[in-house]
This record gives sequence, structure tokens and C-alpha cells, in this order.
Amino acid sequence: MNDSAISVKDVKIRYRCINKISMLKAILSPKSVKKTEYFEAVKGVSFEVEKGKILGIVGKNGSGKSTLLRAIAGIFCPDEGSIDLHGNNVSLLSIGVGFQTMLTGRENIYLSGMLLGFSREQIDEKLEEIIEFSELGDFIDRPVKTYSSGMHSKLAFSITAILETEIMLIDEVLSVGDAKFKRKSYAKMKSLIECADRTVIIVSHSSDTLQKLCDNILWLHDGEIKMIGATSEVLPEYDKFMS
Amino acid sequence: MPYLDKEGLKKTSFGDIISMYMFVKLYLFESEFFMKRFIDDIKKFWNYTIFSTKADLKAEVAGSYLSWIWWFLDPLLYMLVYSFVAVVVFGSSEPYFPVFVFIGLNSWQFFSKTVKANVTIVTRKKGIVTKVYIPKFTFILEQICLYGFKMLVSFLLTVGFMIFYKVPVDFRVLWMIPLWIELALITFAISTFLLHFGVFVEDLSNIVTVVLQLGFYMSGIFYNIETRIGRKSELIASILTKCNPVALIMSDMRNVLIYQKDPHYLALAIWFLVGLALAAIGVKIIYKHENSYVKII
Repeated sequence: MNDSAISVKDVKIRYRCINKISMLKAILSPKSVKKTEYFEAVKGVSFEVEKGKILGIVGKNGSGKSTLLRAIAGIFCPDEGSIDLHGNNVSLLSIGVGFQTMLTGRENIYLSGMLLGFSREQIDEKLEEIIEFSELGDFIDRPVKTYSSGMHSKLAFSITAILETEIMLIDEVLSVGDAKFKRKSYAKMKSLIECADRTVIIVSHSSDTLQKLCDNILWLHDGEIKMIGATSEVLPEYDKFMS
Repeated sequence: MPYLDKEGLKKTSFGDIISMYMFVKLYLFESEFFMKRFIDDIKKFWNYTIFSTKADLKAEVAGSYLSWIWWFLDPLLYMLVYSFVAVVVFGSSEPYFPVFVFIGLNSWQFFSKTVKANVTIVTRKKGIVTKVYIPKFTFILEQICLYGFKMLVSFLLTVGFMIFYKVPVDFRVLWMIPLWIELALITFAISTFLLHFGVFVEDLSNIVTVVLQLGFYMSGIFYNIETRIGRKSELIASILTKCNPVALIMSDMRNVLIYQKDPHYLALAIWFLVGLALAAIGVKIIYKHENSYVKII
């Protein structure tokens, strides 16, 4: 029986290295319109993540980590290859997506939650838990524009952390807010990540965090897999390479 | 492949027929797939669309004191300006002129504001587009709901003026509902293409503004195409009314609300089918390319 939660097969992702086309420029000076140039950010990557496992992705800046993560989240599709999530729902942990600052915190919970694909009933069920976790108190019924940046982060984090999905993709966001909330949010993240039913992919530069949390590590280098395997095997090699 | 017979005429081989058949079948299969996905996505994101529209309206109201009054004042003041230009400057008038202008302005403002907003909508929603997957036509539906609500609010003014001028009405007023639906369909269809090309063409917004300006003067908002242009050339009047779906809908709204006349059934039916076809093509284009938008914005 195949218990894969994520299957990535020979995925290639290219970016178009162009600005938008100007019709006026194209008419007045056709030569100034450059031909489309492509930059391949991910070059034929294949791997599988078993259900309930935690995969860390490492690599230097520009190696294609975030691009790959966003492709798995369905934000854009690969130019070649395929990504199969085997029917699981997925969310990229995005802080404060779709926030409307004129609206209250409570209204933004609904707005952001619906944007993440949850129904009104699902959000209703988790509403009190989100409000309680965010520690915003009466501020929850005040416009988000009156929040401090810390309060903003607390609310945003609470929405994404409490509204759970089967596959969770995390891009460097593990804790936010003041020192106390940082500890609390990190503990919450840890409990979400370590839940046996949840499959998680974490992109991080922190070897310490990945060492503590991940079962396996995928090391990307210039869009290609340099190494993939158990955390204890890959991470020391990566650290040696980076030092 | 086509081949030449002894006389040098092009002949179609059996293989060509098979490949054409396969192409049509594949195209229909693909269209059916997108149609099913479109319906599923509408169901999934409908609550978000409505909630987001309410949020936008609420944010607008919360943004400044009594800003909702502008939902009424805006069309009222524009009506006064165009009435002045039409009656005083050009010396033209129609029975129940304020109602006549209101109907035109309401429909046009809805169409032009929605279409214009959708040209740059993907870029303006960058914060969402780069973080989560959302079918991009949802943004169009959001704008249609937003400006549709404002259109209905200012339509109350039209009703007010109709009562004030004692405009006689009959059962034909019920035609307003299908006419609004057709206006929304045409707006949606055109918006799908503009949303897509707006991602790639940076000055599309400027071009659309000019075209809309031309459309504004050619749609008969503050003059009657059939009487003013029809006096000189019935053919041109007919072309201007029937080849421009917004002018047609506007003219038929006046027919059913002011003149107790039947709408142009055939022309409306044709534009409804064209609207459906264009919307289907537009949605298909968006589905095919929407995952590339984020790489460009």
C-alpha cells in the first residue's frame, strides 16, 4: 500500500525574466521589446514524503526552496513534471493573508479563513480558540488598523495555526510576537508539526530547528537535489558545505 | 495530411478526418473539465466572494464619515451634469429625461468600473495571489458583486425619480431582472480577457480607459441613439445599438421602464449566447494560465 502524502516527480519550474510588455513601446520601438528569457529555478526534482513525516528543505538563497514549496501549495504549477498530494488538503503557512485593515480582528478571521479554503461553519467552530490563542481580548472587535505589529502577527499566526490542514508547508515562520508569545507560538507549531497524522514540509535556514523537528532533509542546490535522506546524514554535510 | 490529386486539387484523407474528430473530442473533453472545475470553484469560493464583497463595502463605509452617501450622490450629481450638457448645450431632451439619464449612467458605471478594476486586479491582489491558491475569476465576481450592489443602490434613485415624474409602468418592468443578469454576464465575459491580458500588458489599463471613454459616448447614455442617430441613418443607429451589448441592454432597460415597449428579444438572445461563449473561453484561458501570473507580477 502506498502511504505517500506528497509525490513530486521530475518537477521543473521556470520564471520568465521579463517585465510586463508595453503596447506603446512595442509599437514605437519594436526592437526595445526583449525576447522572453527564462530562468529555471527548479530543475527536475523528484521525491516522496510519507504520510505523517516531516521533511526539511535546506539550501542557500536562490536554490529554489520557496519556489518548490509554493508549487506544492498550488500557488503556481510546475512547467514540467507533476505534484500529487493524493487528495490531501494543503496550506502554506502564510501570515495575515488577505487581511483588510479597516475590518475588525473577528471579521478578518473569517476573511482569512475563507481564503484559506475553510467554510464558515469550520471557522465558527474554531473561532473562540483562535481568539483565545491570539491573546487579543477586547481588541478582537476593533479594526486591525489599530493593532500594533505584534498584535497583528499574533492574530495572523493564530488563524493559520488553529485552522489546521492535512499537509502543512512552512516557510521560515515558526514563531512570532513578543518573547512570551514566541515561546507559545513555537510550542504550538511544534505540536502541529509533530502530530502523527500531519505531513509537514519546512523550509528553514536554521539547522538547529530542522535537527529538532525533521525526519528527513532535502538539500537543494541551484534548483537540483544535492542530497536527500535522514536528518542525521544530510544536515552535517550541508552544514560542512555552508561553513 | 491533405494531399493533391491528379488535377492538383486538395483532398482530405481519412486520417485527416480522424485527427479532426480527435481534436474536437479532446477540445470538448477539456471544455467539460474546465466547466466542472468552474462550477466546483464557484461553490467552494462563493462564501468568500460574498464575505469579501461585504468586507470591501464595510471598509469603504468605515473609511470616512458618511461615505455611503456618495453611493447616492455620485450618480445624482453625474445625472445633473449630463442633463445640463444634453439639454442646455446640445438642446436635446427625452421624455422623463432624468430617469432616462439615470438608467444609462447606472448601467454604464457598473460596466465600466467593473471592467476597469479587473484589468489590474491580479497585481492589486498580489498579497493574496502570491500566498494562497484562489481561482482568479473569483476576483471578477467580487468586483461584479461590489459594483452591482452600488448599481442597485443608485437604482433606488431611478425608482424615486420615476415616482416623482409619475412614469407609467406595466408588467415589462420584470424584464429588468434578466437585463441585469445579461449585463453582469457580458461584464464578466469581457473582464475575464482583460484580467488575463492585464497581467502581461502594462499599459492595457490606459487603452481600456480610452476605449471605455469612446464606449461612453457611443452608448447613448445622455441621448437616444434611435431618435438622434436614427434621424440621420437608421442603419448606423441599428449598428450602434445592436453591436454594442451595453447600449442594447441600456436601450432595453429604457424600453421596459419608461416606454412600456418590448425589449429586442432576438438581439438580447444572441448577445446572451455570445456572452456565455466568451465567458467560457475567458474562464478557460484564466484556468490555463493563472498559475503563471504569480511568476510575472
